[in-house]
Amino acid sequence: MQNQNLKKSESARLRGIGYSDTLEIFISKIQELLKSGDYRITKRALVLLILQEDEEILRLVKSRDPDSFPLIGKIIQEAKNSYSQPLNYIVSLRRQQEASRISGRVMAFAKNPIVSLQERISRIMMNPWSGAPILLCILYYGLYKFVGTFGAGVLVDFLEDRVFGSYINPWVTQLVNSALPFKLLQDLLVGEYGVITLGVRYAFAIILPIVATFFFAFAIVEDTGYLPRLAMLVDQLFKRIGLSGRAVIPLVLGFGCDTMATMVTRTLPTKRERIIATLLLALAIPCSAQMGVILALLEGRPLGLIVWLGVIILVFLLVGFLASKIMPGELPTFYMEIPPLRLPQLSNILRKTYSRLKWYFKEILPLFIFASLLIWLGQITGIFGFFVKILEHPISWLGLPLKAAVAFLFGFFRRDYGAAGLYDLKKEGLLSGNQLVVACVTLTLFLPCIAQLLMNVKERGIRMGIAMSIFILFFSFGVGYLLNIILNLFHIVL
Amino acid sequence: MLSEHAEEILEALAIQLEEQGKKPLELGAVRDDPAIEELAKLGFIRRDAGHIHLLEKGKLEARAALRRHRLAERLMADILDVKKQVINEASCKFEHLLHEGLEDSVCTTLGHPKVCPHGKPIPPGRCCQEKEKKQLMKFISTLSELEIKNRGEVAYLHAKDNSQMQKLMSIGVLPGMSISLLQKFPSYVLQLGQSQFAIDKELASSIYVRLTK
Repeated sequence: MQNQNLKKSESARLRGIGYSDTLEIFISKIQELLKSGDYRITKRALVLLILQEDEEILRLVKSRDPDSFPLIGKIIQEAKNSYSQPLNYIVSLRRQQEASRISGRVMAFAKNPIVSLQERISRIMMNPWSGAPILLCILYYGLYKFVGTFGAGVLVDFLEDRVFGSYINPWVTQLVNSALPFKLLQDLLVGEYGVITLGVRYAFAIILPIVATFFFAFAIVEDTGYLPRLAMLVDQLFKRIGLSGRAVIPLVLGFGCDTMATMVTRTLPTKRERIIATLLLALAIPCSAQMGVILALLEGRPLGLIVWLGVIILVFLLVGFLASKIMPGELPTFYMEIPPLRLPQLSNILRKTYSRLKWYFKEILPLFIFASLLIWLGQITGIFGFFVKILEHPISWLGLPLKAAVAFLFGFFRRDYGAAGLYDLKKEGLLSGNQLVVACVTLTLFLPCIAQLLMNVKERGIRMGIAMSIFILFFSFGVGYLLNIILNLFHIVL
Repeated sequence: MLSEHAEEILEALAIQLEEQGKKPLELGAVRDDPAIEELAKLGFIRRDAGHIHLLEKGKLEARAALRRHRLAERLMADILDVKKQVINEASCKFEHLLHEGLEDSVCTTLGHPKVCPHGKPIPPGRCCQEKEKKQLMKFISTLSELEIKNRGEVAYLHAKDNSQMQKLMSIGVLPGMSISLLQKFPSYVLQLGQSQFAIDKELASSIYVRLTK
């Protein structure tokens, strides 16, 4: 019934845009071949999609009208042969002409429009000479000052030392110790690596403030429309490492959370770009939690910070460059809309920050608890001690104290655990400046946390995920080893 | 200088050579044409029982003839706005005037086009390699060769493959749209109607723009 109605009205109502006579002939030829009435869109629209060889529609037609499908294929070929340009170009062009005709009747534009203030700021951002200082400003104030100093410094100190150190931990420890007389269970909940004293404390006192400040800053930058301008600035550089400017968005997000960023690599158009971006995220982009602790570790050692930064940037560019040489596949193309600059709205920023934090905690809190559990299990069974013993070898090659092996093993469970473990060593005064820098570099490059490993496997497949992890394992220790040798060779003391 | 008819035969030979493989041309109707005699004398072609063969010496000349024909077509379509049906006919007369230097000037004015209006390749000339040297008034140019703040409308697109073309179409770059170039480095920023887009050099050199003042 409905189809009947459609058919009747179709020719009358839907002849809105007429195409050239040649194309119209092909359209009506195919239209007659479509027997199934079961398509939900009008036949004319359907035929136009068929002529443009829309894969989904072709599959649909093949299943609904299997008898006439081969003939339709022939007509498509015939139509294609009568034009020197692809048919979707012919169709789009005609539609655009029609759209321009309609809008031309009701819209007029000033001949020489005034360049607005936003437009002026936008051009300053996109000019490489003024754009680079602006980028550095955003990085310095947004990332270093706001996330690093305020989030990872002030907020973490307050939550960790005050809230957990002075109130929650002593209170919970006492409560558990008096309520549960078993040493084993006491260790599980409130011991050195206890679920509450370590798992929950790290999640809420260290990770939450750092990630929250990062997501807040990221949402502001995102909502102003700065990211496409940044993409346009870095495109040429990124082409050298096999990516297009578009990849700047997941990579910047990686400074917040590499796991989330790995998921966002889906927005990249080719498989090649997705693989390279995933590898770089896993290897050379430290997440905010990690960076917070690393900034704290290298506090008061500006030279050490510079060396760390230099090595990481070098590794990022080198590995990207090599990956782009090795990886086969289509070279990236860059095209992106530059939306007008806007003043971000606080409500939007809060909403975005909240939903990202919610996702983050849903993903990571269970993993924190799980990791504490694993460490606890590892300790009572002795497996943990066994792994630490194995890790002590590469650790000693790096010239680090053996105690750092524990931090590296933790690093696998969560990278920030590892960094935080090093932080404890530093507090005890066990690490020299050189050792700190070598440890920070190795740990930044070292295997991603469990969550990211799982995400890599999920997004890139099991083989690629495992292969990447093995490469990163050897590569991170290799770079740490080399750095230690170079520092010793030139008697550099950081 | 070659006669018009001889040039046309060379053109046909060039098309044969480039697009339809290496089958020799049927001698057929032109058997007794004086142009055939002319070309054979110059050592450009060889005749046997029923076919004409293009010789090594004639290849360069043949490619040049084809180039002149397709440039003439482009000129008709892009600048003189000649109707599609008569382009071929008009170009056939016009191409014979495009000699030594004139053809390169036309090529430059048209932004060194890579294909004729029918989508067939135009053999590149010397001017296409040394683009910077000639400072001619341009009417058509690829977006990548435009000066900043130049404005015009999209004349046509010619991308290396269909997926590149799709990308341009998806951001609305289609013939007739008004376009201007805002920035060239580090990426190309274009104003298209009321929107701005950033694209890389490869896409920018796929967009041919008809300049307006």
